[in-house]
Amino acid sequence: MSSQEHAKRIQVPFESEETIRNLRAGDALLLNGTLYTARDAAHKRILEAADRGEDLPIPIERQVIYYVGPTPPRDGEAIGSAGPTTAYRMDPYTPPLIEMGLGGAIGKGYREAKVKEAMKGHPFVYMAAIGGAGALLGKRIKEAQVLAYEDLGTEAIRRLVVEDFPVIVINDTEGTDFYEVAQAPWRKAGDKA
Amino acid sequence: MRDVHVDQITKAVSEMCQSAGVTLSDDMLEALQKAHREEESPLGRHALEILLENAEMATGSALPYCQDCGFSVVFAKLGQDCHVIGGSLTEAINEGIRQGYGEGLLRASILKSPIDRENTGDNTPAVIHYEVVPGDRLELAITLKGGGSENMSRQAMLKPADGVEGVKRFVVDTVANAGPNACPPLVPGIGLGGTFDKSTYLAKKAIMRPIGQFNSDPQIAELEKEMLVLCNETGVGPQGLGGTVTCLWTPIEVYPCHVTALPVAVNIQCHANRRREVTL
Ligand code: SF4
Repeated sequence: MSSQEHAKRIQVPFESEETIRNLRAGDALLLNGTLYTARDAAHKRILEAADRGEDLPIPIERQVIYYVGPTPPRDGEAIGSAGPTTAYRMDPYTPPLIEMGLGGAIGKGYREAKVKEAMKGHPFVYMAAIGGAGALLGKRIKEAQVLAYEDLGTEAIRRLVVEDFPVIVINDTEGTDFYEVAQAPWRKAGDKA
Repeated sequence: MRDVHVDQITKAVSEMCQSAGVTLSDDMLEALQKAHREEESPLGRHALEILLENAEMATGSALPYCQDCGFSVVFAKLGQDCHVIGGSLTEAINEGIRQGYGEGLLRASILKSPIDRENTGDNTPAVIHYEVVPGDRLELAITLKGGGSENMSRQAMLKPADGVEGVKRFVVDTVANAGPNACPPLVPGIGLGGTFDKSTYLAKKAIMRPIGQFNSDPQIAELEKEMLVLCNETGVGPQGLGGTVTCLWTPIEVYPCHVTALPVAVNIQCHANRRREVTL
């Protein structure tokens, strides 16, 4: 990737499976449209609801889930600080959602092999937002509305409307992991990436 | 004997939470600016630019720097001639956190129990480390310690035969393993020696030290310098996007240890290194 000047504007939910397949590890994107928030506790409940055959609180197909637990908004603002949380905590729940047609997820950090494996069969991309840039990312969220699991507080499911929300594609549908690609040229020592 | 009223303590803690949650300390901001000047990877530099922009926006609009406003960890040094009046010191600190997180619109992230996982709603209780020292003052230092970086921390009871080389390997491996999960650039606090528990305490204490202030023992200061170079050779870089600045600083705290042991702990601190201190 490059800086955000070269970023591609992409609509979310993704327009088609083709759009997802065309994204490449390392692409800088500016997302516009709707995201849904969910962290561990909400993922668990979504999958339990699916198991029981109940209606799900959010649409899944070609949608993008943002792993975030925001700070409370100030008066008149949509949301407070809202940067990504570490993605591996959602690893146990992600493969079934990919199979249900989820188009993408935004977090930070490495994904487990079984998530990357699940991505091979279904079009899905894992994207990273800049971890810890909560104030800056919160400002790109124009609307936020709690949809479900309000008792979870910051972890409730929210529908977000975003404008030019900056992310980098980390894992693409071809199996490339951008963290590996990006770190390799700079590694002089150390064991694993 | 000097008296310090609990209301003063609560007020000071509340103010420190609100200010630390929004604005990085000067030493940390300077470290990020230096990293931006020195980072060789264009993508790494870009990530650092975003972090600097985020720091500015947070302060400018009084928004939390990061949405994870952390576990409130307090180091309280109570002078043996200082007398806390009007109530309990621990309750005064917790009340300060309750007020600071509420008024500052900081996120409450603490659960009543690791099993039931129900949020306490006000980010209490804090983790408080007390130390009784000579004098008649009360010194309070606080850090809002993020979960993502805390989760990548590790401890090992190395064999004495592993030596300093073993310590270096363990630290570098912990940093590389943390990678983008912990929001680099990082400040890995390193605790060396003591018992199992003491080593992790030392690691936390190390991250409380201002950036740029080396250990007063020249031998340990040399090790700190070397550790920084080694950690940056991992190539993890800012945000794990590759580069030459993975760590900003590698502070080490040491303590005597048992003849059979070589305990080492690494407490990973992310770039949201939010510290404040006050003397009452
Ligand atoms: S690891 Fe630190 S910077 Fe990253 S989300 Fe957690 S608190 Fe924020």
